[in-house]
Amino acid sequence: MMTRVEKIWLTASFGIIMGFMLITGYQAFAQDMAMPSNKETIDPQKVSQTAPFDKPGLTQIGDKEYEAVIALEVFQFTPGDITVPAGSTVHFVLTSKDVVHGFEIAETNVNAMVMPGHIQKIAQKFDKPGEYLVLCNEYCGAGHDYMFTKITVV
Amino acid sequence: MEAIINQQSTGGKARAWVGKANQALGLHPEDARFSRTYIAGAFIALLLGGVFGLLQVLVRGGVIDSLPLGLNYYQVLTAHGVMMVVVFSTLFVIGYCYAGLSHTLGGLLPKVRTIAWIGFGLKVVGVAMASVAILSNDATVMYTFYPPMAAVPYFYIGLVFAVLGIWMCAFGAFINVAHWRKAHPGQRVPILSFFATGIFVLLFFGSLPVAVEVLTIIPWSLGWVDTINVMVMRTLFWAFGHTLVNIWYLTAVSAWYVIVPRIIGGARFNDTLTRIVIIMLVMMNITGGFHHQIVDPGISESVKFMHVFMSLAIGFPSLMTAYAMFSVFEKAARKQGGKGLIGWYKKMPWGDVRFLAPMIAMIAFIPAGAGGIVQSTNQLNQVVHNTLWITGHFHLTLGMSVVMTFFGVSYWLIPHLTKRTLTKAINKLGVIQTILWTIGMSLMAVSMHVAGLYGAPRRTAFTEYGGSATAAGWDPYLTLVVIGGSILVVAGILQLYAVFHLLFLAPKGETEFPIAETEPGEATPYWTERWGLWIILMLILVAMAYVIPLAEFIVNAPPGSPPFRTW
Repeated sequence: MMTRVEKIWLTASFGIIMGFMLITGYQAFAQDMAMPSNKETIDPQKVSQTAPFDKPGLTQIGDKEYEAVIALEVFQFTPGDITVPAGSTVHFVLTSKDVVHGFEIAETNVNAMVMPGHIQKIAQKFDKPGEYLVLCNEYCGAGHDYMFTKITVV
Repeated sequence: MEAIINQQSTGGKARAWVGKANQALGLHPEDARFSRTYIAGAFIALLLGGVFGLLQVLVRGGVIDSLPLGLNYYQVLTAHGVMMVVVFSTLFVIGYCYAGLSHTLGGLLPKVRTIAWIGFGLKVVGVAMASVAILSNDATVMYTFYPPMAAVPYFYIGLVFAVLGIWMCAFGAFINVAHWRKAHPGQRVPILSFFATGIFVLLFFGSLPVAVEVLTIIPWSLGWVDTINVMVMRTLFWAFGHTLVNIWYLTAVSAWYVIVPRIIGGARFNDTLTRIVIIMLVMMNITGGFHHQIVDPGISESVKFMHVFMSLAIGFPSLMTAYAMFSVFEKAARKQGGKGLIGWYKKMPWGDVRFLAPMIAMIAFIPAGAGGIVQSTNQLNQVVHNTLWITGHFHLTLGMSVVMTFFGVSYWLIPHLTKRTLTKAINKLGVIQTILWTIGMSLMAVSMHVAGLYGAPRRTAFTEYGGSATAAGWDPYLTLVVIGGSILVVAGILQLYAVFHLLFLAPKGETEFPIAETEPGEATPYWTERWGLWIILMLILVAMAYVIPLAEFIVNAPPGSPPFRTW
């Protein structure tokens, strides 16, 4: 009932989908490129009293390894203006004190939703020196377009 | 074995008779009035949504600093989204589907008409309440209204009315189809009504999660409950939000399969495969909503990986559609003397707006669908999530594939409903409108995709980000978006004039409801009619997709969030 062309088309269609599946799975589980999916929670009304957000900031945790604990709230990142040496890997630990925010570092693949009540984690290696624009990419209120900061890589 | 009934012998004759009667008499005047009202309402929403769209693009592109009447950017963006996403598309879908039901089932039942008018009343009340809230700047929360951002309670109550209105129309459609099936035992429901059944099944089941969401939000926004679970709300929203866009898509697809072949003088694609495509699109749709949450916290990587399959699976019936359409075109063109490997395309009626608009809509779905596959793939999604790429994507899918199909439909459906005819002049206007819209929307959508790839966020007013060089690099693309948006406004005005003309000014006469026939001798197995089974399978898929993450969000819930007003 099906013509040869139809069979080829359906097989190719299924092949495309499976191809995307395989590549996505390989990258996520074999190459450690999975999505930011941290599952820790926090009381969104007690962020400033709860570790590690009681002492937000940048700490060196190893050779060229840093941990940046950043609290997001309307319309700022605490702390902002982080400086790290070139070649550093920064492990971001993020949460929101109020509404839903987004954490994006332009020109990198850092892009994560930051929800109140949840601690989100994402890491990035900064090889190239320069100023990186950090911005909130989820609408969060009247000053959403003022919610940005920068990471300086020296 | 399932009984197989030859369409040409029994069902075909009955349908041919209904078709002839309808051709002679047109729709029942009451049914025509109902669909006319819905479609007129849809185009009023398009006008309002278009004005809001223009205002917001001028701000975003840095052309103007402030808006008139004390409006602000995010308020206008919310209004643009609500008008286009919730009002325009839904009204058009229901008006078109009800015209199709009335035409192919031999008229609406009087009680169905009553139910559907009550639905219309509920929607008007709901949309009016939501609009007042937005225009008073008390609901500047975007059409996604993610808690813990909280609008005034009556915004949500308005949404409840709108959903109830949609449900009334869905029940009306189910009653009419069930009545026809009882009166025509053993026959397959006419194809356009089969599409409508699928569309209303999705409308009903897709809006269930948002109904639960809104009913949870209302007591919280009134202050009766202190906190809310933001992740559960967000998940419920996208179970609805993604289904909604696919409902418009399924509506556009119905015109591609059923109407367009008739306009080009061809036959429909294989009836069984058409129905399988509809069933697949209905079953696999709601689960697709999860790809909006690929970079969310609180969901494990393995669940997210399973959802790549859940999302990409929808691509399969769409790829079948792509094949079907080109097969139908080529067959029709060759029958009319078209020759060569691709030379047959010259035989297509390019000067007929009823063909040109949906044809460009279909072509636009090739890059639009490909972009969709790209962005539901985990790693690629992380690159473009919440950037202008996404905005560009849905301006291609909805702004072109869906809306241009709806425009194409309006050139025969409105005169059919008003007992008028499409004049040569209005057809020509339609062709110019189609070309302008194509240029405007392509320019806008492509620029948005590129800017998004470089990191420009969506839903953000014009900002230089403190003089950032990166952000300055996005500006040329934003200027192109403004130019595209301005062309769209001109095209939109032409379309509105054509609609006005067809509603009130066009010469009186009969216009055909163009429904293509199948190839002779086709037999469709009766199992395609088993909607109960399709719905159960759909619910099983929904359960597979959502039980694990929702259970996790509820069992491992953090303390909830109080409401915030941040605008």
